[in-house]
Amino acid sequence: MIGFVLRRLLQSILVMLTVALIAFGLFRYVGDPINNLVGQDTSAVEREQLREKLGLDDPFLVQFARFVKNAAKGDFGISYRHRRPVAELIVERLPATLELSIVAALIALLVGVPMGVYTGLHREGFLSRSFMTLSLVGVSLPTFLIGILLILLFGVVLRWLPTFGRGEVVALGWWTTGLLTVSGLKALIMPAITLALFQMTLIMRLVRAEMLEVLRTDYIKFARARGLSNRAIHFGHALKNTLVPVITITGLQLGSIIAFAIITESVFQWPGMGLLFIQAINEVDIPVMAAYLVMIALFFVVINLAVDLLYYLVDPRLRVDRDRATGHG
Amino acid sequence: MAEQLRRPWPRGMIGRLLDSDLFYSFSRSPVTVLAALVTAVMMGAAAFAPWVAPHTPFDLATLDLLDAFLPPAWMPDGDPRYLLGTDDQGRDVLSTIIYGARVSLLVGFAAVFLAMFLGVALGLVSGYMGGMVDAVIMRIADVQLSFPTILIALLIDGVARGLLPRDMHEEMAIYVLIFAIGISGWVQYARTVRGSTLVEKRKEYVQAAQVIGIRPWLIMLRHVLPNVMGPVLVIGTIHLAIAIITEATLSFLGVGVPATQPSLGTLIRIGNDFLFSGEWWITIFPGAALAILVLSVNLLGDWLRDALNPKLR
Amino acid sequence: MPAETPPLLEVRDLRVEIPTRRGVLVAVDGVSFHIEEGEVLGVVGESGAGKSLTGAAIIGLLEPPGRIAAGRISLEGRRIDNLDAEAMRRLRGRRIGMIFQDPLTSLNPLYTIGRQLVETILTHTDLTERQAREHAIGLLAEVGIPSAAERFDHYPHQFSGGMRQRVVIALALCANPRLVIADEPTTALDVSIQAQIIALLKRLCREHGTAVMLITHDMGVIAETADRVAVMYAGRIVEIGPVREVIEQARHPYTIGLMGSIPLVGHDVERLSQIDGAMPRLDEIPAGCAFHPRCPHASERCRRERPERIALGNAEVACWHAGELAGRGAVTAGVVRERRENRNARTGDGRPLVELRDLARHFDVSAPWLTRLFSREGRKVLRAVDGVTLTIPRGTTFSLVGESGCGKSTVARLVVGLYRPSRGTILFDGQDYAKLDSHAAMAPVRRRLQMIFQDPYASLNPRWRVAEIVAEPLRAHGITRDRVEIRDRVGALLRQVGLSESDARKYPHEFSGGQRQRISIARALASRPEFLVCDEPTSALDVSVQAQILNLMRDLQRELGLTYLFISHNLAVVYYISDYVGVMYLGRLVEWAEAKSLFRDPKHPYTRMLLDTIPDLEMTGRRRAPVAGEVPSPISPPSGCAFHPRCPLATARCREMRPEPLPRGDGGEVACHAVAENRLPERAPRETPLRQEAD
Repeated sequence: MIGFVLRRLLQSILVMLTVALIAFGLFRYVGDPINNLVGQDTSAVEREQLREKLGLDDPFLVQFARFVKNAAKGDFGISYRHRRPVAELIVERLPATLELSIVAALIALLVGVPMGVYTGLHREGFLSRSFMTLSLVGVSLPTFLIGILLILLFGVVLRWLPTFGRGEVVALGWWTTGLLTVSGLKALIMPAITLALFQMTLIMRLVRAEMLEVLRTDYIKFARARGLSNRAIHFGHALKNTLVPVITITGLQLGSIIAFAIITESVFQWPGMGLLFIQAINEVDIPVMAAYLVMIALFFVVINLAVDLLYYLVDPRLRVDRDRATGHG
Repeated sequence: MAEQLRRPWPRGMIGRLLDSDLFYSFSRSPVTVLAALVTAVMMGAAAFAPWVAPHTPFDLATLDLLDAFLPPAWMPDGDPRYLLGTDDQGRDVLSTIIYGARVSLLVGFAAVFLAMFLGVALGLVSGYMGGMVDAVIMRIADVQLSFPTILIALLIDGVARGLLPRDMHEEMAIYVLIFAIGISGWVQYARTVRGSTLVEKRKEYVQAAQVIGIRPWLIMLRHVLPNVMGPVLVIGTIHLAIAIITEATLSFLGVGVPATQPSLGTLIRIGNDFLFSGEWWITIFPGAALAILVLSVNLLGDWLRDALNPKLR
Repeated sequence: MPAETPPLLEVRDLRVEIPTRRGVLVAVDGVSFHIEEGEVLGVVGESGAGKSLTGAAIIGLLEPPGRIAAGRISLEGRRIDNLDAEAMRRLRGRRIGMIFQDPLTSLNPLYTIGRQLVETILTHTDLTERQAREHAIGLLAEVGIPSAAERFDHYPHQFSGGMRQRVVIALALCANPRLVIADEPTTALDVSIQAQIIALLKRLCREHGTAVMLITHDMGVIAETADRVAVMYAGRIVEIGPVREVIEQARHPYTIGLMGSIPLVGHDVERLSQIDGAMPRLDEIPAGCAFHPRCPHASERCRRERPERIALGNAEVACWHAGELAGRGAVTAGVVRERRENRNARTGDGRPLVELRDLARHFDVSAPWLTRLFSREGRKVLRAVDGVTLTIPRGTTFSLVGESGCGKSTVARLVVGLYRPSRGTILFDGQDYAKLDSHAAMAPVRRRLQMIFQDPYASLNPRWRVAEIVAEPLRAHGITRDRVEIRDRVGALLRQVGLSESDARKYPHEFSGGQRQRISIARALASRPEFLVCDEPTSALDVSVQAQILNLMRDLQRELGLTYLFISHNLAVVYYISDYVGVMYLGRLVEWAEAKSLFRDPKHPYTRMLLDTIPDLEMTGRRRAPVAGEVPSPISPPSGCAFHPRCPLATARCREMRPEPLPRGDGGEVACHAVAENRLPERAPRETPLRQEAD
């Protein structure tokens, strides 16, 4: 168990280092950091001083080590565009993105999993077929288009919900939340649904496919031959076996929600990290891009670790000696 | 059991195709037939846009700003010349959609082929060779998989902006886009092909070829490759839908193709500015076209997956 | 027979249909039989005969779109085929139990076996949770799980295959059903476990008075276990009756042919009697008697009219000519079996063609290094083959037998160069083949040795035409590139293996399993090799087809002077085909000798045990020595003689020292301390079959 967790941790660190390398490569070699930091009228001498101060002439490994060290402390340098520390910008925007993502993830899970189970169990039913068709429409509509349609309907035509922004926010220390005000909650509805819809359809289809797969196995057949009730077979035996693969992919999907928030934030002008990132791309604001990249990677790594631990709880085969699982060939 | 039930196919390619289970399941599903028809019509229109489109929307000489913001032909102020109305510059919306679909499909197909080629080649080598090669390729895939497609495509685009001079960037945008979407999509293919290659490699016909002394790369190409292509086609179809959406999304976010050569996504972004002022048709029609195209392709992919893998139904 | 009490199970005119897009297939057609209380009815037939579907129909678990189209099924006099789903569910487990083939997949991996048992018991009885638990532990002990109370809370993956099948049996019997349907309950198991499971099933059902419907393709299992047997062919029962009567005096031409095509240890025959062709696919079942195209006695009437079952003796037979044929199918009858003579008069000159010297192949199966680092475990090495030395004389057949994991297939793969040896040499015609490095250097040797594989469905590339498949070695070895010549040679090869030239244009899926195996042989012969490695070439085939392939291999050996290395777990097949037999256990060759000599006088306790697992098809009533234990994991083999934990003769020396091969006195060798120390007990020599000269 400890060996397993430690190995996962080490792998995660390797992934983070790889991502850091890419981020550092971006920062160092895409465009000239000096030109981006100083104005046109800076003299060559001043540039040279700055270059030395930033250590841009040091050997590659030294620079990279410094970058990693700073990044670990949350220091990603100064944004070219905002002229403020990147960390500050991100911390400012983080609550908005996290609140949006978590609410969307909850919607996706709470609706997607039951729908998947239902369509897996009653695959010929009218409701299942409708769900499946709807889900295909859901996958086919680009997120931004769904956002636009929602804005048109509920914002422009019906005027029920605000079309942009986060509404009123309350500050809890450095964290700002929109969950405690009516206008904040109203503003959250459309972006959260927009963001959840795509993930929801994916989760539903995944759960359904796994459910069908498990229902075909010998042990389900044998459970039927022993006369167990449908309820016991479906929810006792099948669902638990479905969970193992579902946890993995769902974990990955939830991670990608944070990244997909870029689009939703852009459509709804939601003041989160995604919007910051899009602006950074347009302005070639490399430090922000690099920091965002590392942030996302961090989220993924944490989620993956959590998924691995969940595996341990669900699947007894992982808990005991792994001798039998290892084959040769 | 199914193996035993299948009859010998009649001779000839066409006969075999018409008699195949694939065609049978196709002809039995009206939704799939409709989706295939819609896809064919849209692809045909896009391919022959100069002959099909009623106007040439990007020929400045034919544009008249007086024609701007005309609603669709059936609305009170509609002009019969412009079936789906016009946009802010007086361009025919229907024609911009046809030309836009052309760009969208071009980027989509090119990106899919790039991803497919890369993914199949790497997956095949990874699965067949195993060892270090496999470990390296799959670790790269794992890291890349930690990031959603859209983010990788955005990053590549951002890097390209940093590296290319601004004027070149406009020109190169479409290639950057193809590259970005293609690179971000190869992992799916590689993982699937690697998986099926591992299965096929254990099968005895591959071992038979090894015993005969066929060289590894020939076994990969002639024996394994044809037997792992089934799922690749399915992924390819679904990936085409995803690639079109990704392209549209990038263009919508303003980092895709430039407005001088708009794709469906660009058109939606342009129209989005007029949504609040009531000129909904500039956005909604390109949006609908995009949704219908992607939905049709997805329906085809869904059918293909079920038809090639009957036990999943 | 008008009985006062109705039979336990009665099936009348059962018809199971599977609708497909090409029409409705009739998979089970007019099947009628009954099972009495406590009786064991064997249902035997080749794959696709409809035996499993019959079982599934009885317990109400036909997979859609399959459906019961006609007939009635009654349990204890009450009709059950028209019950609603809920009533049928309550019947399952409580009145009818079922055992499936594969114990590895029959248990839910995420729940302990105790939980699965208790859940089933609580579903069907009024016991409290505590009582159910006690009952479950009692059952586990009864099916032979050691320290049942402790293992109650273990998960399925913590049990071996044989133990899992015991758990499956406990699950099937836990609500004390009156009838158990066992669908190939031993097919997925090793021979030694097979014997244990059959014995267990027999004992339990006798003790509980449970009737059994035993579905299998293995006539030997039936002979050992069943009271009556039903022989199925193409969806119908062609013959049903008391086991002894059906086996000894088969009356249906199919049963006669089936019995004749089973090789038997101790019977020297030159050729097995074979039924030509294969069972028709469900969509091609001929009119009249379904067997007529393969039947040597078919008449005009057989082609037109379908025969009904008529009583003959205590049996019933569905054949127009059954009366004339009675008694011709005795298992040992000289009528269908030619005596084998001159079995060593082979084409070879006795010089060795292939020699293995201390051949070994190890696989690294260690966990990833980090895990090893943290859990402080060393590298794990699987010694699949660990020092095998043997010599195969030119023109002979050397067979390797053993249970799964013994390394016999790895030897085959080493010999053809699919694996590189970790140690030792492979001499092919005096040349050390394993040392050759470059592709080019190996090519001339490769031409001369080829391989035939186990699975006829996987050994041919499904995307290639037969012509391309068979021509591949011709092209690869540069034997000829001339299109006309290739076509001619492919045609000749196909004729040689009993196919026709026109088959060259077809794809593999258009052929039956036996035909595919012929294509595989044609491909192997294309480069005119001298040496063929055959890895279980008939184990995926039905018995009647197996006889065809074995006969073909023999004919080819005689015609072409081929040398075979034959891998099999089926001792009877090995006895039929081999000149020399080697027995492997956990990567080592424990005994080898000339075939007849080895089977007549096995010395190694493991060889003796293996021979004792052969089902007694001759029904001599011979008592078999009980077979103990299971094959241990080859990753951590026992010290000393690897067989010592299962060996009745093991001493301290066996546990510590590995025995070296000693001469058996007949040219063969045996590696056993008991033999060396001369403390091997006498073994009653296998009786010569009683009825061999009966006719």
